[in-house]
Amino acid sequence: MAFEDQRTTVYKIHPEHPESETLPTLRTEELLLNMGPQHPSTHGVLKVILELEGERLVKSTPVMGYLHRGVEKLAEDGTYHQFIPHTDRLDYVCAMYNNFAYCRAVEKLLNLQVPERAEYLRTIVAEVQRIIGHQFWLSAQALDIGAMTVFFYCFRDREILLDWFDELCGARLTTSWYRIGGIERDLTPSLIDKLKQFLDYFPPKIDEYQVFLEKNRIWLGRTKGVAVISAEDAVNFGLSGPVLRGSGVDYDLRKYEPYSAYPKCEFSVPVGKNGDTYDRYWIRVMELYESVKIIRQCLEQMQDGPIMADAPSVTLPPKERVFTNLESMIQQFKLFSQGFDAPPGEIYCGTEAHKGELGFYIVSTGGGKPYRLKIRAPSFIHMGAFDHMARGYMISDACTIFGTYDVVMGECDR
Amino acid sequence: MSMHPLLQRIQQTFSVGITGLTEWRGDVAVTVSRDKLHEVAQFLHDDPGMDFDYIVHVSSVDWPDDEERFEVVWEFYSIRKRQRIRLKTRVPESDCVVDSLTDLWKGADFMEREVFDMMGIRFRNHPDLRRILMPDDYTEGYPLRKDFPLRGKGWRDTFEFLDEVPK
Repeated sequence: MAFEDQRTTVYKIHPEHPESETLPTLRTEELLLNMGPQHPSTHGVLKVILELEGERLVKSTPVMGYLHRGVEKLAEDGTYHQFIPHTDRLDYVCAMYNNFAYCRAVEKLLNLQVPERAEYLRTIVAEVQRIIGHQFWLSAQALDIGAMTVFFYCFRDREILLDWFDELCGARLTTSWYRIGGIERDLTPSLIDKLKQFLDYFPPKIDEYQVFLEKNRIWLGRTKGVAVISAEDAVNFGLSGPVLRGSGVDYDLRKYEPYSAYPKCEFSVPVGKNGDTYDRYWIRVMELYESVKIIRQCLEQMQDGPIMADAPSVTLPPKERVFTNLESMIQQFKLFSQGFDAPPGEIYCGTEAHKGELGFYIVSTGGGKPYRLKIRAPSFIHMGAFDHMARGYMISDACTIFGTYDVVMGECDR
Repeated sequence: MSMHPLLQRIQQTFSVGITGLTEWRGDVAVTVSRDKLHEVAQFLHDDPGMDFDYIVHVSSVDWPDDEERFEVVWEFYSIRKRQRIRLKTRVPESDCVVDSLTDLWKGADFMEREVFDMMGIRFRNHPDLRRILMPDDYTEGYPLRKDFPLRGKGWRDTFEFLDEVPK
């Protein structure tokens, strides 16, 4: 009798067997794994609680806020001009585009027209920033997946552009070069020469990056068919930028709500098919070529002219006048300490940053400070789709998915 | 000035519950009463003429002097029709609950959680309404409310500061 019992225990061990509840079974349980907040591939301080079944991701819960600095609250306390340096610290690898998006939003609130030369210069610098952003993304993504060489090549070329920024505005990362109504200063002939040199130098280097990746079996294996999201889901989750275009949705604000000098330039918007990591990689690399094209066209079309809107009650006086002229100095002081009188109302203005749609929703009740300023940060919204996109993939793919969003926690946590 | 076609359409469809239709600087906004919120959102999402399939952001504004203190703001975009709309509703402080729109736009999940975290507005039928940027055990209130001090409160209030620098 005892012998038979033992035998049935062995055979009825399968959990779906009708009598399995009464019989001892092998114990299986999901493993909870904390990834982060200090993990090299989380691009900052992000924790994700992974529920694992073996090596498969069953559920992942992002835990954010480690870099929350209350930027939206700070905005309510300062004048509109004072907030520009805060926007640098949102997405700290792409400060220029944050400045741009913010200044555009305030200009929409004020109904302010920016002079044409300033629009061209803004577009040039924004596209330079897009190149830097995509280089940074490519190097980080490749490094996460284990392709280290690309990192060095990208950073070598990124350094040229950061030095160019340094010469332009005196800072490499936290630039604050855009101003409400225009820009801080014009490009010098030396900067234009350097940029033209870079445009000739750069396209062969993009091919060089691809040599390491596009025939690399490890890269293809770890990006093709990984983190697939369908077009409907991507739209429903509110994804934007290359992540949305990778799923085949042709949505680029530069084309569909054209701003600045983009309508005057010819460029195409690469759109993927499969919605996997490889397509998103391909889109970003193609955008590098497109950015080069846009900068070239802007440099050709650009005419001489003013770089600041003619609205002295709002815009800052030129720096040389501030240092020599008493009235200008008083005006500068008043604009920074009290601000200008913005009309009451509310606007939303979205800008296509290299990560996605970076938007500012500003509520004004008049006076010099925004009553409420909400930042629509693409990184934050992309993290909302993390669980959906990671489900069913291997644990090592979690790093790939962080990378494919191009998440920067400064922007995500604000 | 004629009304924006989107606003005309909404006005025709809903006889009650629409409390404001505005257009300013090209932005179209609809204010609805709280009980009609989900119905209007469903219309914006499903109607072929509206087709707002893309959620842009969820936000909230605090108006401490008003009877209905909080304003919750959703912004939608239509990828196919290329149009934007803003949907707003007001809630009083005593009953800070609105319907969640996560069943229509999945992206609203994290965005509504942020509104809950920052402003303390609850969303009915939200799948996982927890704090998102502040720590889970944060009890000092909701930071973006106007009565929350800029420099924060809580633990720091217990610090013993010296009145003057000792010699």
